[in-house]
Amino acid sequence: MITTSGLTKVYRSRGREVTALDGVDLHVREGEVYGVIGQSGAGKSSLIRCVNLLERPTSGTVTVDGVDLTALAGRGQRAGKELRRARSRIGMVFQHFNLLSSRTVQDNVELPLEILGISGRERSRKALELLDLVGLTDKAKSYPAQLSGGQKQRVGIARALAGDPKVLLSDEATSALDPETTRSILTLLRDLNQQLGLTVLLITHEMDVVKTVCDSAALMERGQIVESGTVGELLATPGSELAAALFPVSGEASGDDRTVVDLTFHGETTTEPVISQLSRTYNIDISILGAAMDTVGGRQVGRMRIELPGRFEENVVPIGFLREQGLQVDVADVAGRADLSSGEPQLVKEGVAK
Amino acid sequence: MQPLLVQACLDTFYMVGWSTLIAVVGGLPLGVLLVLTDKGGLLQNTLVNKVIGQVVNVARSMPFIILMVALMGFTRAVVGTTIGVEAAIVPLAVGAIPFFARLVETAVREVDHGLVEAVQSMGGNTWTVVRKVLVPESLPSLISATTTTIVALIGYSAMAGTVGAGGLGDIAIRYGYQRFESSLMWITVAVLAVVISVIQFAGDSGARVLHRRAGKGGEPLRFRALTGLLTRGPVPAEATATADAKTG
Repeated sequence: MITTSGLTKVYRSRGREVTALDGVDLHVREGEVYGVIGQSGAGKSSLIRCVNLLERPTSGTVTVDGVDLTALAGRGQRAGKELRRARSRIGMVFQHFNLLSSRTVQDNVELPLEILGISGRERSRKALELLDLVGLTDKAKSYPAQLSGGQKQRVGIARALAGDPKVLLSDEATSALDPETTRSILTLLRDLNQQLGLTVLLITHEMDVVKTVCDSAALMERGQIVESGTVGELLATPGSELAAALFPVSGEASGDDRTVVDLTFHGETTTEPVISQLSRTYNIDISILGAAMDTVGGRQVGRMRIELPGRFEENVVPIGFLREQGLQVDVADVAGRADLSSGEPQLVKEGVAK
Repeated sequence: MQPLLVQACLDTFYMVGWSTLIAVVGGLPLGVLLVLTDKGGLLQNTLVNKVIGQVVNVARSMPFIILMVALMGFTRAVVGTTIGVEAAIVPLAVGAIPFFARLVETAVREVDHGLVEAVQSMGGNTWTVVRKVLVPESLPSLISATTTTIVALIGYSAMAGTVGAGGLGDIAIRYGYQRFESSLMWITVAVLAVVISVIQFAGDSGARVLHRRAGKGGEPLRFRALTGLLTRGPVPAEATATADAKTG
């Protein structure tokens, strides 16, 4: 639905060059919620603003719903008619809502419809319908200043949907909201994604956002996409930073003659009660040092760090059993633990033996 | 005596009214254009921006009395005479256009760029941005700017009065100064004070109502930016006080 290839953005100011985007290839499938996460300055904002060409990329192409926007843009700085028409089919939600304070809630939602040249009666019908969708029917005549942050963002979302877009871009839409409101906004985005088949590209610096709503995610660092894939794929990637950040586990072995194992749950088999099966089959005591589990798309995914009695050599068979269950198993290198002041035990990359 | 004063008042209103109208019609697009053509603006054009900016600066800092004399030829070409109320409107309007344009520029510049981007993301063009965002969102400040312009024009019109335009300034000079009728002079002063107060009050109230509706979030700042400019003219203490109270 959204494809960028070789997207590069260089800012020039007073002879200095700053590369905000460095050859970004992004592919967002139709109907998915795609999260781009990264620290501030990583280039996320430039990326999302390049998708509807609010920011002109220095090089590379952007294709949304089969239309090459970069080709429509032309060379001039001003947006031509074609590009503006394409933009009206891409909704955008902003961190600071960007509602017009001089207009009522309803008039704000009607604004994109005015731009599309839709008649007055049709506009107000559509606006009220959208306000109903986001649960703000009773606020139609209020001014944005009278609303809470979460309500303002709901208006922002309603406004973004006015042009019946297939794609919604969310530029840190929840970053100015408290955790509870964030959750309700994310739920709304998820519902819209499912009800309307809306493709959502969101950027955020909060891992929780990705965890709550995203089907796929990408990690950005210094203008480049470092990792990307569906949440399942990321979890299956040994050493994935995103997976580790999404499902952080910690905890250290309680003694020298213990084996610490990191288990990653993803895919179909994760509904099996593997830990208790392991315990019963081999009659061993298992302590759970840490776990981060979540249900994404009806499936349990996550990681768990467990401790088995005995050294690694004694635990080859139980570890083999875990692998047979379809889990990804990484054995923590407990021998070198004393050297690791950071407290994060290094993983012996064993790969998945299948 | 009374009809004289009433006629003078009407003359002043006539001059100020028309020149304000022309100043708004001419200054608003000019001020908006100054913002649009500026660096990073929607119609970025350094040359146009520099030219307009320079013309506005020179015209604005030109002493009005000199402008009036300098424009005599132009005035005669437009209204056919250089004497009288109609003739005064020409230099008044010409002087007020750049003055108002600068105030408009400051007001429009305060509009959050995020709003402009929002409209662009909906597929709006530059004209849509001006019509739906820049002007309506800066309306409270534009009202304040108009008030300031009216008050300044009343001052200028008195100056025009001294060189044969009529109005309150003419009365004050001819009767108050040249005929030593100081009572009439003070009446003129009182009338001017009342007129200015009423206009300032009306303008402030209008701006405040719109401000209150627009609510918090950067609004007090915008108010402050304008009061900074207003300090050149007579600023009621309450305007500054409100701005401070809002930020506090």
